[in-house]
Amino acid sequence: MLDAVGAASVEDLFKEIPAEYRDPSLDLPPPLSEFEVRQEIEEMARANMVPGDYACFLGAGSYRHFVPAVVRQIASRGEFMTSYTPYQPEVAQGTLQTTYEFQTLVCQLMGMEVANAGMYDGSTSLAEAALMAARITKFNRVAVLDTVSPAYRDVLQTYMDAPGIDIDTVSSNGNLDFKEGTACLIVQQPNFFGYMEDMDRLSATAHDQGALLVVYADPMATGMFRPPGDYGADIVAAEGQSLGAPPSFGGPYVGIFACQEKHMRQMPGRVVGKTVDSRGKTGYVLTLQTREQHIRRERATSNICTSVALVALTTTAYMAALGRRGIRSIAELCYHKAHYAASLIGGIPGYSLPLDGTFFREFVVRCPLPPAQINERLLDYRIIGGLDVSSSISNGMLVCATEMNSRQEIESLARALAEIGGGT
Amino acid sequence: MTDVLEPLDENRRQLLMDRSVPGRVGSTVPPLDVPEQELPPRELLRDEIDLPEVSELELVRYFAQLSQLNFSIDTNFYPLGSCTMKYNPKVCDEMAGLPGMAQVHPQQPEGTVQGALQLMHRLQGFLGEITGLPEVCLAPMAGADGELAGMLMTRAYHLARDDAARNKVLIPDSAHGTNPASAAMAGFEVVTLPSDSEGNTDLGALRDAVGPELAGIMLTLPSTLGLFDTNIVEVCRIVHDAGGIVYGDGANMNALLGRVKLGDLGFDVVHLNLHKTFSTPHGGGGPGAGPVCVGEKLAPFLPTPVIDQSDGAEGQERYSIAAPAQSIGRLGVFHGNFGVLVRAYTYIRLLGSTGVSRVSEDAVVNANYILSQLRDDYDLPYDRTCMHEVVFSARNLKRAHDVSALDVAKRLIDHGIHPPTMYFPLIVEEALMVEPTETETKETLDYFISVMKSIAHEAESSPELLHDAPHDTPNTRLDEARAARRPDLRWRRM
Repeated sequence: MLDAVGAASVEDLFKEIPAEYRDPSLDLPPPLSEFEVRQEIEEMARANMVPGDYACFLGAGSYRHFVPAVVRQIASRGEFMTSYTPYQPEVAQGTLQTTYEFQTLVCQLMGMEVANAGMYDGSTSLAEAALMAARITKFNRVAVLDTVSPAYRDVLQTYMDAPGIDIDTVSSNGNLDFKEGTACLIVQQPNFFGYMEDMDRLSATAHDQGALLVVYADPMATGMFRPPGDYGADIVAAEGQSLGAPPSFGGPYVGIFACQEKHMRQMPGRVVGKTVDSRGKTGYVLTLQTREQHIRRERATSNICTSVALVALTTTAYMAALGRRGIRSIAELCYHKAHYAASLIGGIPGYSLPLDGTFFREFVVRCPLPPAQINERLLDYRIIGGLDVSSSISNGMLVCATEMNSRQEIESLARALAEIGGGT
Repeated sequence: MTDVLEPLDENRRQLLMDRSVPGRVGSTVPPLDVPEQELPPRELLRDEIDLPEVSELELVRYFAQLSQLNFSIDTNFYPLGSCTMKYNPKVCDEMAGLPGMAQVHPQQPEGTVQGALQLMHRLQGFLGEITGLPEVCLAPMAGADGELAGMLMTRAYHLARDDAARNKVLIPDSAHGTNPASAAMAGFEVVTLPSDSEGNTDLGALRDAVGPELAGIMLTLPSTLGLFDTNIVEVCRIVHDAGGIVYGDGANMNALLGRVKLGDLGFDVVHLNLHKTFSTPHGGGGPGAGPVCVGEKLAPFLPTPVIDQSDGAEGQERYSIAAPAQSIGRLGVFHGNFGVLVRAYTYIRLLGSTGVSRVSEDAVVNANYILSQLRDDYDLPYDRTCMHEVVFSARNLKRAHDVSALDVAKRLIDHGIHPPTMYFPLIVEEALMVEPTETETKETLDYFISVMKSIAHEAESSPELLHDAPHDTPNTRLDEARAARRPDLRWRRM
């Protein structure tokens, strides 16, 4: 091939790289065979304590739900996995139609009018929702309820800082009079602590003051609780992970992004639309592309390029496999398990449930000792405890239960907590 | 019944909601094994969820048939310029799916996730070594997210020096659209920089553009023309002398792996597209990952988190999750796209020190081979040795036969080849950007070359074949204008 190219050597092809910098020494380990690589990584995997081997009561943005085999089988088909972004619709109808299905099922679940093809994750979806609210209203401040996850608020801060959008943190117990020129009120439902907010009141509060309502929704909770479209959400952001993707130490996930139809041209990200081909047959294409970076460059609605299509496909297959009745059943299982856990733990001397109201699958326990200490001890019982939220609620532990937590696991947790907290 | 008479392919493409039959289920639900609890007040609950009801077999068959409407690496040659559609070893996917990796929860205490953190820490080291920029954050979740991180770090760097006037970022006219979009999201004003007649950065224009308002420059190396910018060292010097930061878009790292360290050339920050260079399949449009690598100038500003290593008790290495001193903050809620990071780690361990430069060697030889074989059939706007991709122009066919780059690209589909990137970079008329990658055989390249030659002949002999292409796909050319004018973005109940 070098002869055909007319090059004397491979080095010839790289000679435009300045000689003093060319072919540097590279301090990387030597190559391994597939067998050796597998051994090494399996060894690393064994150095993790893995939910499944351990009972796990963590949630807080990433949830363990049972994933039927059919979901993984569909998402691991090479024709989906190894295709590119569907810029060439004639050879990408598979990806395009499944994305249209994703947009549809997201809308059905959230009760919203339109959705995009997916964002990086829930937190960036929320940050983009705030940016979109600012674009729509032409205001440059947003109000965030203090029960929104602190980590999501951190991401929001990263995104709002450079464009100069101010963030006001407000409390639902306090005065909800926003400052002049507030683009939106951001509410997490259920909130970070697992409890349901009074959405009708918050929605009216936002809209009465000319602000949009941005809801950070839990898709699994919408399996039994009223969906955001029901209480007037203008923009919905959500984490899609709980719909069929594994926790995977934090990613890849997929951000859900939905809004009212009148705002669709302000959406960030990819969108698939239905159309016809030159013979009149139905087909799908990427559409509304004049919002996007590859056309609009620095005037685009966002810099995002991906739609995390493969994880979006995973959630689509999951929603379809569970269907009308399955999602509700799983949501109710979570509800019953979490409430059973709460009833056991709340009855242990020294432990209490400091928050009132309706919760879904997460709740806060006030512990007799710092939660970090308790969690350390729980590992001896092969239990990974809840999230330490003592920075928000003194000695608070955020406990999550899903259909993956058996009665035996829940009762073991209660017994272990009683032993650890005993005598204090 | 009319529906049995519907054409088979239309029937196969019926949507899930239209397939729904009451009572069908595609999965089983575990039984309730705890005492039933009191349900919340009715007014908090929803009535029903209008989701499809389909059986497991129907689901499998529907999605399997849809998948077959896609071109993919597993089924087709995909010479899509600037996208690095190479074959990724299947073991990478399997490693990311190990229960000991995939089931780990992101909120677990550090002590319980030492294996995951060790993998991330080692990967930081590998990427730092490959780029010559040793401080690395793996958190950005895509290339554009890495760009945003780089631009926010650039902003933070100048602000930390009380140099708030620096609000302009220079971006070449050949750049990907994400570059200006990312700079704008970080609050910068974008100034477009022309390329010279050789396809390099125009040094005269650069000297005119720098000044006390310069925040930095965003460059792709090799450029999106597939060319190594021979002015690069001088470009870095001019920008540095003016007080600016040099940002490298690592989209084209496949050309340079093991050949040069971008840090040595003067880059201050580079993002890498792990899904292009380091073995994550594209997934129909994600997920990816866009780690950022920096030198000491920007290290304090890296996004949160980074993975640190220290010596723990009994001489054991101990890994922890840390926030850099003046971090720009969190770009996402957890630690980045860990599943993609596992794939990159696996891939780099397979390649090792020797395999890394073999990637760039084969990628560059393959692209130059295509260049040499098609140079008489298609115009070559920049007649130089190319790197990992070659940009042709179909302007000769356009002038002589009114056949466009689009027509050529669509005709390739009839031969089972995915179209090259078209009309990009924007500065090349009727651009056809071909990136064969290192993983294709000479036989595949020769097939592509012969098809491209036959298309050039067809442009003269039977141009209508090209105008009407593709002929044998589930859909012929689609009406994109109609899709945008009357957006139909979801199924609705009639």
